[in-house]
Amino acid sequence: MSNLHQFANPTRFLKMSSTLLPWVGALTGFLLVYGFWQALFVSPPDYQMGEAVRIMYVHVPSAYMGMLVYGSMAFASAIALIWKHPLADIAAKCSAPIGVAFTGLALATGMLWGQPMWGTFWVWDARLTSVLLLFFIYLGYIGLWLTIEDTSRASRAAAILALVGSVNLPIIHYSVEWWNTLHQPASLLRLDGPTIDPGMLPALLSLIVGYTTFYITILLWRMQKELIVRKIRALQILRSNQ
Amino acid sequence: MNAFKLIVEKDIRLALTQGGSTMWVIMFYLLTITLFPLAVGPDPEILSRIASGVIWVAVLLAVLLSLDRLFKPDFEDGTLELLALAPIRMELVVIAKVLAHWVTTGLPLSIMAPIMGVLLSMDPNGYPALVVAMMLGTAVLSLIGAIGAALTLGIRRGGFLLSLLVLPFFVPALIFGVMAVDSTISGTMARPNFMILLALFLVSTALAPLATSAALKINLE
Repeated sequence: MSNLHQFANPTRFLKMSSTLLPWVGALTGFLLVYGFWQALFVSPPDYQMGEAVRIMYVHVPSAYMGMLVYGSMAFASAIALIWKHPLADIAAKCSAPIGVAFTGLALATGMLWGQPMWGTFWVWDARLTSVLLLFFIYLGYIGLWLTIEDTSRASRAAAILALVGSVNLPIIHYSVEWWNTLHQPASLLRLDGPTIDPGMLPALLSLIVGYTTFYITILLWRMQKELIVRKIRALQILRSNQ
Repeated sequence: MNAFKLIVEKDIRLALTQGGSTMWVIMFYLLTITLFPLAVGPDPEILSRIASGVIWVAVLLAVLLSLDRLFKPDFEDGTLELLALAPIRMELVVIAKVLAHWVTTGLPLSIMAPIMGVLLSMDPNGYPALVVAMMLGTAVLSLIGAIGAALTLGIRRGGFLLSLLVLPFFVPALIFGVMAVDSTISGTMARPNFMILLALFLVSTALAPLATSAALKINLE
């Protein structure tokens, strides 16, 4: 019976997330529909690139999310290591596949955009290389969870890796400033304010927020699933002990 | 300090007498580098263009393969547990073992690098830069590799996962190491690259032992 007491806190989380999920999901749906309508139909074509600029509305939010998810993973890992909060390492574990998918999408859409725009699918400049490294760090993190059998050991090892890998995040962000890169410099998160055409902002911003709420929805869903899987495993152990 | 010295001496002695690990590392180094002229063709023009990069990649792979012996033997026979209980900080144990690892892996690789340069028709003006950059670079690789080795310590056949974990973090040392050598040869500004290599070394020395000892403690419970 004592095994089940450790799920007291997570039970509260399960209840809370069950109430939250439909709302976040609905918000996500609304933002994505609005955002893509804006992106595909309302926003203006670029004066240089024409209609191909619309790949940006998929590429930029994916890239942001790849980094944001890693940041939250590292943050959750720090909480897991320092305060040993039972939900923190689950949050980190469930975030990783979402993050690697966003990063992969960012790389793929970037490649698709690069070929018509700059004549090349890939170039080894600082931004692309550091995002590719982020992709590999994600894979290594997932690999640790998959190969270490003991759950508590896996969570602590993965937490250390997540924190070590977080040095890559400032490198990615400032790579376009520190080096001469083919990738364009920052036009949104700048001290002087965005330099982008204001007609593109509703689409871009709503899609960035939409992707973020999408991440939260999927994260809550996966965390629920993970908690249920752990509960089942604990019950199976209990049953085999009797 | 006495304990530190003892650990360094023990590890170096074990590496040199038991199984001749330094010898295998150098053999692997030589063989890997030999593959490139065989694959790319013997044209000295092409070889000298890629020489510094090839030597660095060979060193990277050799260090990667040698990371297995950093903690695993001690973990398997219980020495690591005794070291954890000893009156010396775990971080110092890590630094001692990494130092011994570097002396028996990185240092020989760096000293032999000019010979590899001869095999690849490298411009001789780059030899001093190659040795210095490589000594700094391999120290960084040993330090960062120790984190990966400690994280994958308990995993059976964790060698592949170790590579996946550690190679992304090797990349900065690789990039700036090659740039340090190439910029010396071509006469352009070489000093910033060496400064960044030195910075990488200092940051790794300060932070890698912390992560490594935390990872070791996970596996020692």
